[in-house]
Order: sequence, then C-alpha cells, then structure tokens
Amino acid sequence: MEKFTKLTGVAAPMPLVNIDTDMIIPKQFLKTIKRTGLGANLFDEMRFDRDGNEIEDFVLNKPAYRDAQIIVAGDNFGCGSSREHAPWALLDFGVRCVISTSFADIFYNNCFKNGILPIVVSPEDHAKLMDDAERGSNAVLTVDLESQTITGPDGGEVAFEVDAFKKHCLLNGLDDIGLTMESAAPSIEAFEAKASVERPWV
Amino acid sequence: MPAPRTLYDKIWDDHVAHEAEDGTCRLYIDRHLVHEVTSPQAFEGLRIAGRNVRAPDKTIAVPDHNVPTTAGREDPAQMPEDSRIQVEALDKNAKEFGIHYYPVTDIRQGIVHIVGPEQGWTLPGMTVVCGDSHTATHGAFGALAHGIGTSEVEHVLATQTLIQKKSKNMKVEITGKLRPGVTAKDITLSVIGETGTAGGTGYVIEYCGEAIRDLSMEGRMTVCNMAIEGGARAGLIAPDEKTFEYVKGRPHAPKGAQWEAALAYWKTLYSDDDAHWDKVVTIRGEDIAPVVTWGTSPEDVLPITSEVPAPESFDGGKVGAAERSLDYMGLTPGQKLTDIKIDTVFIGSCTNGRIEDLRAAAEVVKGKKIGVKRAMVVPGSGLVRAQAEEEGLADIFKDAGFEWRMAGCSMCLAMNPDQLAPEERCASTSNRNFEGRQGFKGRTHLMSPAMAAAAAITGHLTDVREMM
Repeated sequence: MEKFTKLTGVAAPMPLVNIDTDMIIPKQFLKTIKRTGLGANLFDEMRFDRDGNEIEDFVLNKPAYRDAQIIVAGDNFGCGSSREHAPWALLDFGVRCVISTSFADIFYNNCFKNGILPIVVSPEDHAKLMDDAERGSNAVLTVDLESQTITGPDGGEVAFEVDAFKKHCLLNGLDDIGLTMESAAPSIEAFEAKASVERPWV
Repeated sequence: MPAPRTLYDKIWDDHVAHEAEDGTCRLYIDRHLVHEVTSPQAFEGLRIAGRNVRAPDKTIAVPDHNVPTTAGREDPAQMPEDSRIQVEALDKNAKEFGIHYYPVTDIRQGIVHIVGPEQGWTLPGMTVVCGDSHTATHGAFGALAHGIGTSEVEHVLATQTLIQKKSKNMKVEITGKLRPGVTAKDITLSVIGETGTAGGTGYVIEYCGEAIRDLSMEGRMTVCNMAIEGGARAGLIAPDEKTFEYVKGRPHAPKGAQWEAALAYWKTLYSDDDAHWDKVVTIRGEDIAPVVTWGTSPEDVLPITSEVPAPESFDGGKVGAAERSLDYMGLTPGQKLTDIKIDTVFIGSCTNGRIEDLRAAAEVVKGKKIGVKRAMVVPGSGLVRAQAEEEGLADIFKDAGFEWRMAGCSMCLAMNPDQLAPEERCASTSNRNFEGRQGFKGRTHLMSPAMAAAAAITGHLTDVREMM
C-alpha cells in the first residue's frame, strides 16, 4: 500500500448527500478480477451519458477539477455496498483523500486499506472546505496526516481526528496481514485452542 | 458481580483474540462466507504472498451475485464472458484452497445469506463475515455478522481474524403487535425511515420487543438484513426457542452432546437488564403501516396511504437530494403513492427470497393474473425453490404470469442480465433503491413481498390490506 503523508491537490466539491457505492462505481464494473483500471469508470453514470460522452456539468469533467486528488463530499459518503471497488476506483482515478461530515462504516474502513484518507469534519468546517473546493482552479487543499490538519487556499487551517492505529498504518504504508501475522499469531493460536474446548461445535 | 453487558458485548468479548495497547482488536471469525464478486482479488493476494487459507473448514463459498437465473444456466456459454471468468475463478479458488463450496449445479446453491442459515453454518453467538454488506442478515440468529471489503476478506482468509474497534450499542425496540398486512420488511424500512441511512453509523443494533419476538426466523432475517441500510455495522436479535428450533437438525448444526453444550451456551446470549445503551429507538408496532420507498435512498420511506413529498418539506442537504430523487424517479410532489404505475415486479433477494416471503406473495397472487409488463420470482436458494414447488407456490406464480427463476441475487443488484430498462419502474422486495441499482436509469420502489405481489396484480402501487 502506498504511504499517505502529506497531500497538496485540487479538491472537487460534491455536496450531494448519501453518495452511494453504486454511484461511485456501478455494478457492471464489478466483474473484474483485478484491483486496477476502475478509475475510467469512477462515477460512471454521473460522469458519462449512455454513448460514453462526458456530461459537461459533472464536477470531475470541468477543466479545473479533472485532476482532483481530494473530494469534499456531502454527508454519509460511501453508503451502500461493501464493494472495495469504490475506493479502488477513486484511487485509480487519483483521489487520495475524501472529506465529509460522515462516512458509511465499511467504505471508511476500505479506504484505509488502500492508502486513501477519509476525513470526518464538523458541519462548520465542512462548509468552509466546501467553499474552498468551489473555487475552481484555486481549490487547492493541503492535507497533512502527521499534524492532522487541512490547510485551505487562504491559509486557514482545519484540524481533524484519526484513529492512531489507522494513522500509523497509512503513514508507513503498512500491510495489515503482515502486521497481524507478526504481532498476533501466537494469540490467535491460543484463542483457537481455547475456543475449541469451550465451543467445540463452532 | 460482572458488569451488565449487551448481547453484542458478550459476543465481542468471546471473540477478541488479541488486543493491542491502543485498543485495536483482532476479532476471531467463526464463519467466513465468500462469493464470486468480492473475493478474486483476495485469493490472488494470498497467492502472490504465498499464503494459505488459515481455516478452510470455516470458509464457505457460493456464487450468487453474477450467476444467470434462467434455466440451463449450468452451460457456461449462457454467461457473459466477464461473469463466467468470475464464477470460474471462484470454482478454482474453492478447489485450490480447499474451502466448502456450492457450485451452480448444486441444489443447495443460492444467495450466500440464505444458504448460510439454511445449511446450519450460521449459529447463535458466532462471528460471521462476508464481502457483502447484507451479511447483517445472520444477526437474526444472535450472531455478530457484518460485511467487509476485499482487503478484509483477504485478511480473514489469511489470519481468520479481523482488525476491529468496538462499535457502540444501539437498541431498537418494536413494542406491541403488528397490524394485519404489516410484515418484517415494513418494520425494517420504517426503522430506516425514522433513523435515516446514517442513523446507525458507528453502532451495532439489537432489535428487540414483542413485535420482533413474534417474527419467524425468516422475518427476523429480513429485519437484520437491512441494518446496513440504516448505517449500522450489524443488526442482531437475541436467540430464543424459535432460533434453536430453526437451527436444530440442519446439516452443519451441532448434534448430540455438542448440541446440548451449544444450547446451554446459546441460552446465555441476551442483553442483561441493566446493560448500557448508547442510543435507543422505540417504535410502536401498531403504528407501522405497509410502506414503500418513493426516492433513491432507503430512508425515503412512507406509508402506502401517503403522497409523494415536496423537497421543501426536508432540511439541509436533503432538499437537493429529494429534488434529484423525484426527478430521477419521475414523480411529482402531492401525487398519491397508490397512483404510481408499475412496469416490473421483482420478488427475491437476500432480504425477501425465503420460503415465507414466497408464501406471502403467493397468497396475494393466487388465482389472479399479473397486470404489469413483467413479474419475476427469484427464490433465494435451490432448496427454497424446490420447497416452493412442492408447496404449489411455483404453479400459483406461473399461472398468474410470473417468471419462475433459478436462485441468485438477480435483479436486486442487476449484475446479471436481469435488469431494468431506463425509466422502467419496479416494485421490488430487495434492499436498495439507489440510482441505477436495478439497471441504468431504472426506478425502484422497495416494499414487502405481499405489497410487491399486490402491485403485480393491479399494475400500480397498492395497499395490500385492500386485497386481504
């Protein structure tokens, strides 16, 4: 997994609430057996018409936002299915950070497994950042995971919270499985031995 | 005296295999269900790293999302190439890693959340995960069950654990009795209507109260299935005699002395009287009506007797979302819900593809003909299908003009060819009404099997109570 330390990039505004995983990556693109290549179809049904032409007023089709690396989104972003294709599509497009007032649980976890930082901010900070994101070519934010701050184009700063373990993994690009095998293998074996006596039917 | 605990607390405590200093836990997983869409990348990851499946005997795979539901589907040529590649990848991975497997040719094949309970893999007090958000279904047994992403699928395959932080406890109590024509689906949709799709975010919900106790296991599965649409990590219901009765004798349920030992343990699985709840929602069973969704979020729920709402009646970001929804759905504020014409009816899915759902729909359909362009019943498993045929339900549906399909997820997420055309309007017993969910520009109204059956007959959204 690619590390996430500090990111300066264009932030695209997507104020719609409840942007679901079917919007992020429609099901017809889930038939892949790879993790890559999904960026071309990110937000497919909002981004392209049936003939595959770009829909002009969709934010990521506007010249200022075509290379957005950050999305400032409405409440409850990523609701719906568990498909990790959603963060894979964001990552493949180049988005490394999503900022919202809340995220759906599974999507939120999936982001961290893929080097994407989902940030929860208060409605007040969200309004401020949405305003920043609406400035077209000036919509540049700097997200610093180490110091847990977002800096806007005017230099205004917003602080955010992140789980210490998840932060550690992102900063260092750590692989969860390797980590579990290193740190917890004896505990897992002990647990299995105990559980096989206490709940042998499992 | 130990501190009082909720059911979730108890299951959690019994499954923490490792706790780091910062409180991050490795939760041991008792059952890992696998399907073809969210697993290929995980198996590939194992292969690249030279890792094995740690507990193949606890891992169960079945293809469901992508498979055709038409007759003769055993022939791979029936599948589009990309679907076939995914199903073949699951065949290969199941064989290579030695996990339990129900291929499409097996009568036990079906939707993973229907197969698990049916085969007795799902038992009270277990931790159950699957790369599918509707894993919450298994919570009906008093199991802690939730959906995970593909990276987590790989983590569970390799380590049989999941890295987790504990969620908060939320109690949803449905008091009293349901009125006639009101079902488990109406309960679960009404709860989401009340709390919103993010109301459960950060929580595990325990459903309780007389109306929940009165539900069959099938009904309880319907309720827990949609915990995710309310944003919760999981939904569960304390096991009771109905649970034990359902489980007993299933192929993978414990037998003999182990059954007695399991039963003794299962009887300890309830929330203590003084347990702490971080959030409580109470709804009177008598206040719940048959409901339908009008918009493109599962929280857009109204009793069938209502009218399409005006966007201005909402607050904040929901105003814009409602405008967008009404435009997408082709509806006008003030329009009576019962005046909405329906093109297609879909009865099936992990929410409502069980035998009781088919019985409820058949009761409404019996002796009548459909008044819509297309109606289909897709049983949740091969065994549900066989039982419905034995009970004569299949003939009732077929005589009325329904298509009688093979088991799978089908038009719930429309990955296979079962899809809506643009602007086609569907009365559906599934769980999501998102834009494009059942097909590009397709329009979905969620409801119970009885309500969907009523719409199939009349050709418009209908209050099933008028047909009873």
